[in-house]
Amino acid sequence: MAKILVVTSGKGGVGKTTTSAAIGTGLALRGHKTVIVDFDVGLRNLDLIMGCERRVVYDFVNVVNGEANLQQALIKDKRLENLFVLAASQTRDKDALTQEGVEKVLMDLKKDFEYVVCDSPAGIEKGAHLAMYFADEAIIVTNPEVSSVRDSDRMLGLLASKSRRAERNEDPIKEHLLITRYHPERVSKGEMLGVDDVKDILSVDLIGVIPESEAVLKASNQGVPVILDDQSDAGQAYSDTIDRLLGKNLPLRFIEMPKQGFFARLFGGK
Amino acid sequence: MQTMSPNHTPEHAPAFQLKGSMLAITVLELARNDLESLDRQLAAKVALAPNFFSNTPLVLALDKLPAGEGAIDLPGLMRICRHHGLRTLAIRANRIEDIAAAIAIDLPVLPPSGARERPLEPEPEVKKPEPEPAPVVPAEPEVRPTRIITTPVRGGQQIYAQGGDLVVTTSVSPGAELLADGNIHVYGAMRGRALAGIKGNTKARIFCQQMTAELVSIAGQYRVCEDLRRDPLWGSGVQVSLSGDVLNITRL
Repeated sequence: MAKILVVTSGKGGVGKTTTSAAIGTGLALRGHKTVIVDFDVGLRNLDLIMGCERRVVYDFVNVVNGEANLQQALIKDKRLENLFVLAASQTRDKDALTQEGVEKVLMDLKKDFEYVVCDSPAGIEKGAHLAMYFADEAIIVTNPEVSSVRDSDRMLGLLASKSRRAERNEDPIKEHLLITRYHPERVSKGEMLGVDDVKDILSVDLIGVIPESEAVLKASNQGVPVILDDQSDAGQAYSDTIDRLLGKNLPLRFIEMPKQGFFARLFGGK
Repeated sequence: MQTMSPNHTPEHAPAFQLKGSMLAITVLELARNDLESLDRQLAAKVALAPNFFSNTPLVLALDKLPAGEGAIDLPGLMRICRHHGLRTLAIRANRIEDIAAAIAIDLPVLPPSGARERPLEPEPEVKKPEPEPAPVVPAEPEVRPTRIITTPVRGGQQIYAQGGDLVVTTSVSPGAELLADGNIHVYGAMRGRALAGIKGNTKARIFCQQMTAELVSIAGQYRVCEDLRRDPLWGSGVQVSLSGDVLNITRL
């Protein structure tokens, strides 16, 4: 049965689109037919991160309005044959999406794909609400920083009360916490919230910790999802996250400060 | 009375209608021409049933006076009645001098009534108890079972346990609100707001396993985080209770 996964956060700029791209790509790499849908109407970014911005003809709103069908709007990824992208509109705004329209599109997508990854916009208004309304599982992306944690907490409350599953009294959306932009050195200095602090405040199962990495900016500039950069720490951390999502139990990496060797300390390494 | 034709133009539209009606009215039958006694006795009656004597329309019956009582000081009589909340609409009289007195002050005169009248005894009211100075009188307690919450209470959520207690076995996030007419128990980390006894129950208490609340309040008396942090019991297991208008925090 196809699964709808929403990547949401409440706070803006924490790494939702980066994560949606990485997770979608990671699932496709492991053989699952996946589509990533951009719900940020008006401020679309997913197509840039995925590197398919030059091939967008029809978008999500066109499909909802019946101006194009799904086959015309879906963009096939050049690198992986299992991966597709449904871009958002750049010219319209959030009011162009309706609940019925979104439902129809998602149900159609569920017929052909194993995973539908919904990239939510920031905030808790209509766009974010529609992105999470039909979800089966949710990945809440949080920076280890007080305002992000508070907004994620609010988003968790909304997932538990304003989703379709909540309204119909079905099994609740499965919540996963993903901490991004984690900086172990700052945590040890006490400047940043640690993994345990965030887990304690939010009381949600942790699915992964992505370290702060220069690889993320490099990847988005190149239009390559960072998970494909398997030499980078961020890429590897995302890969671990996918495995945990699929059920494997892996220890967390990149949360400890790297131990400096003797010569590094001697010659003033970072 | 003219019947109206349906073709009346607006200028000729009737300005009034005359109707016959039966009115129930109080009649004060004067038994003696003794205005001082009347004043005293009316005052006594008013004390017993004040509501009866608030601008009550009245017909002054002077026709039951025994012969030889002398001329009635009608304005004086009306003044006494008005003073006690009785407004004279008309008099009922059969003596020429009474009728003349009424005409002199433009008061209508009713003929002696043949209608059956029954004696009226204004119900003495039970003296109402002094209203309590408390701002909210608690409604008849409708006891509801205790509300138990087992999932984390997230920021922005509000839980109201009406008519009873509230128990939360998980954490309460900052920005969450717990409200109860009764007590509030939080067995996880309490980081939000707790308002107990919101309908005025000053005996309500708040119990926390880990007191790091944004605000605690019992029956409207509150303390905020900034003040609570200075308490040595911040962060430990406490109970919050109200004595007078001071919130006490004691170790659990």
